[in-house]
Amino acid sequence: MMHDIIEIVVSVFLVGLALVAVSSKSLIKTVLFLSSLSMLSVVSFVLMQAPDVAITEAVIGSGLVTSLFVFTLLASRKAVNKQ
Amino acid sequence: MKRFLAFVLVAVLGVLIVLSLNSNSLFVPYGETDLANRVSEEYIDRSVTEETTVIYGESIDLESGPANTVTAIVADYRSFDTLGEVTVLFVSSLGVALLLGTLSSERMKLNFKPNFMLKTGSRLLFGVILMTGVYVIAHGHLTPGGGFPGGTMIASSILLLYLSDDSFRTKVKSFKALESVAGSLYVLLGLVGLFLFDYFLVNFLDNGVLGDLFSSGIIPIVYSLIGLKVGSEISGIIDHFLTEERV
Repeated sequence: MMHDIIEIVVSVFLVGLALVAVSSKSLIKTVLFLSSLSMLSVVSFVLMQAPDVAITEAVIGSGLVTSLFVFTLLASRKAVNKQ
Repeated sequence: MKRFLAFVLVAVLGVLIVLSLNSNSLFVPYGETDLANRVSEEYIDRSVTEETTVIYGESIDLESGPANTVTAIVADYRSFDTLGEVTVLFVSSLGVALLLGTLSSERMKLNFKPNFMLKTGSRLLFGVILMTGVYVIAHGHLTPGGGFPGGTMIASSILLLYLSDDSFRTKVKSFKALESVAGSLYVLLGLVGLFLFDYFLVNFLDNGVLGDLFSSGIIPIVYSLIGLKVGSEISGIIDHFLTEERV
């Protein structure tokens, strides 16, 4: 019962975060919303008893990809400022 | 007119694909597959209900040593697939190097100065993340994780160093050497299995006691090689992303 409730709450938050990430005006906020989305999907992977996938998602989805996106945003901002 | 022609072309192609799949002997209807053509008889005839007791920390020399089922599949039964995955990652890092690599490169100058908190915090966290990565790789056959996530953890600790210091560069050349040595050793292990034992990438060492750190034959060796390769490869990709041509 408790398990089901947590699962439903997590899935609602997942869909909500995805919608907010798409509709957000600022790019850096989108990246942060995507990062929290993958952090929540880690919870859902653990609930679905796939710890291997959860670890990979935690490292790649919310760690590496987020920081690469942030660096890319900084680099593109610098290119815009040059013009 | 152009749009209409495009629509007709797509429709014709779709019909062709459906027709070719419908009457193709390679795509058998669901449930009518003859398993004996695809899987070895040894695995079809095996029963999963027979009485075997597997006790953590006591069972010796099982068919596959790892306590983690996913590792048993990824690095033992399907090790050849894993070699393919490693190759995919290698090709993608090759593509990044072709697109972004330059002969004389320097750190990209961003409008971003790391402050004191970021510098100190990154230095503190770097070791923790690095050691977690090494732990995940070394215990790949016992706990969730393994070469791929562990290698990525090592790469993220390197990324943290890049974040905390805006003039930091890793030794890209030694990373490349490490990557090629680890990849070649993986193939070499497979070839040893092929020529001296039964088949490519066979687990030719003793499986040992289930749950020990030094158990399940060559799987820890293979996973640490994969971890080194993935870690150095992704660190190389990060370096390519954060450098630019010297003007």
